[in-house]
Amino acid sequence: MTTFDPYAPSRDTTEGKVFSVTGGDWDALVQDIGATKEERVVVNMGPQHPSTHGVLRLVLELEGETVTEARCGIGYLHTGIEKNMEYRNWTQGTTFVTRMDYLGPLHNETAYCLAIEKLLGITDDVPERASVIRVMMMELNRISSHMVALGTGALELGAMGPMFFAFRDRETVLEIFEMITGLRMNMAYIRPGGVQQDLPEGALSKIRDGVKLMRKNFKDNATLLIGNSIWMKRTQGIGYLDLAGCTTLGITGPVLRSTGMPWDLRKVQPYCGYENYNFDVVTADTCDVYGRFLIRMNELEQSLRIIEQCVDKLEKLEGAPVMVADKKIAWPAQLAMGGDGLGNSLDHIRQIMGTSMESLIHHFKLVTEGFHVPAGQAYVAIESPRGELGASVVSDGGTRPYRVHFREPSFNNLQATAAMSEGGMVADIIGAVASIDPVMGGVDR
Amino acid sequence: MTDGMFGANGTGDTSGYGGLVRKASAAGSSERPYGGYFDDVADDLERAYPDFADAIERVVVDRGEITLHVKREKLVEVALILRDTLKFEMCMGVNGVHYPEQTGRELHAVYPLLSMTKNQRIRLEVSVADADAHIPSLVEVWAGNNWHERETFDMFGIIFDGHPGLTRILMPDDWEGHPQRKDYALGGIAVEYKGATTPPPSERRSYK
Repeated sequence: MTTFDPYAPSRDTTEGKVFSVTGGDWDALVQDIGATKEERVVVNMGPQHPSTHGVLRLVLELEGETVTEARCGIGYLHTGIEKNMEYRNWTQGTTFVTRMDYLGPLHNETAYCLAIEKLLGITDDVPERASVIRVMMMELNRISSHMVALGTGALELGAMGPMFFAFRDRETVLEIFEMITGLRMNMAYIRPGGVQQDLPEGALSKIRDGVKLMRKNFKDNATLLIGNSIWMKRTQGIGYLDLAGCTTLGITGPVLRSTGMPWDLRKVQPYCGYENYNFDVVTADTCDVYGRFLIRMNELEQSLRIIEQCVDKLEKLEGAPVMVADKKIAWPAQLAMGGDGLGNSLDHIRQIMGTSMESLIHHFKLVTEGFHVPAGQAYVAIESPRGELGASVVSDGGTRPYRVHFREPSFNNLQATAAMSEGGMVADIIGAVASIDPVMGGVDR
Repeated sequence: MTDGMFGANGTGDTSGYGGLVRKASAAGSSERPYGGYFDDVADDLERAYPDFADAIERVVVDRGEITLHVKREKLVEVALILRDTLKFEMCMGVNGVHYPEQTGRELHAVYPLLSMTKNQRIRLEVSVADADAHIPSLVEVWAGNNWHERETFDMFGIIFDGHPGLTRILMPDDWEGHPQRKDYALGGIAVEYKGATTPPPSERRSYK
């Protein structure tokens, strides 16, 4: 036989035919592996992974445990909010924007409403009480958002205790939200021209009690984490991003402030009267996960300070209006709090149904059609818990937005994942992403 | 979109003032002085950039914001000068706006810029024709524009030339069409409740 079998060449011996099985091109294959020194593995992390902070997909190229490339896959939570808003009137838009960054609903609403007010030219007509309520609600919201950032961030790094404390304290804020707006999240409470309704009776004393309680409770997480050797090792020097990196990537918020840059829009470009409050801009100079953690911890106290000042102001402004005086813009229905939660105002219904045809027409027109917003575009940026939240709003003069776009800090900051984690260990990606604190509802909109 | 829920075939105006049409027009070009720091920005840019008159089509100051309308061929040059000489270190991304009635310049890209050094904000706007929707990418100037440009491509179909990887970012990779364009219907399904049917939002009566 002269045919050659590459997998089992044979030779004749005195004992008979002997086959030596080599397995084809294994020699060449083994040699090739030896030539490339690396051992690269591509790992898909997410979108359904408990520590990717929501439906975030990370495509990681690993060499052993070292990350050589990190790419983000997003879009799993895209709901077309910006498109939908073009088919609803301006006021209805608040119900949409509140659902974007679901941990900072009041910031979304405020940015959107400030942009509409800028287009309408009524920025200065918004009553002071409404602005103070907005500031107070936003600062409460900042606390509840930071609580989730701290709690889930710690949980993702393997520390369960801080999560319990954080969610306990967040509950205090959510109860206040529920009392004031009727809802714990997605409230659509802030409306163009003011807020949806005034504070209910007993709200201010509940807030005072809540502030006192939170100030005491916040110490729990601080004592649990600050100085804890495991926590320090998992966060210090991890997820490094310096000022140059932040500027070129457009990073704002706690990540930018962790480079030592005291950039906080509440201070440098005040809105809603933030210039009238005493508070400090918290910074760190470590550029790492630990610095961002410390900033969030310390911002809690600054938020409490602002809330206390708001409560003092609101006590003096008791009974002042919370919506612009212009009845062509102000939402007509004054709601009343019934025994079972929100309800219609019987006085208002009596007036439009029983006494005034014009009121009925006006109510009907404003609710179904909405108000006209003069043509033009505006960009309003506020400091959300995650950084600069910008609302780009375009009107064509109609009763619906022509185009609304949100410059979401989560969306932008998530781009820093690669810069923060490439070259590090795979376990440190978790800490880096958690320190960006992306909210996927805001990223994908 | 006027023939929807109530079968209104006209303007759908029930106010009795159907004849009163308020024409919605974009703000025209502004004259100097622009006010505030806007004059300084324009002066500095004119001084630093000899091609100013050619590159900047018009300057609009509206509602306390300044917009520089830039020719797309000059966009990268202007952006570099704004970043390096005028200290606009940050670009807050880009977003598109589709104006189908502006023939020849249907697609606009809007860039809000921020200077942390001087605490100023300006806006750049580039408009291109739908048939030739190409704009040079600014990722080389501000790396953070990467995802924003991908989103604008995804939603409007504007192609950012020179982008390192211009793929869809929010919609699935095999999606057809660009959802934020005005010629892209919202979609949705009619909802029936207790015998009454509510059409999808884009087919309901539209107020303008």
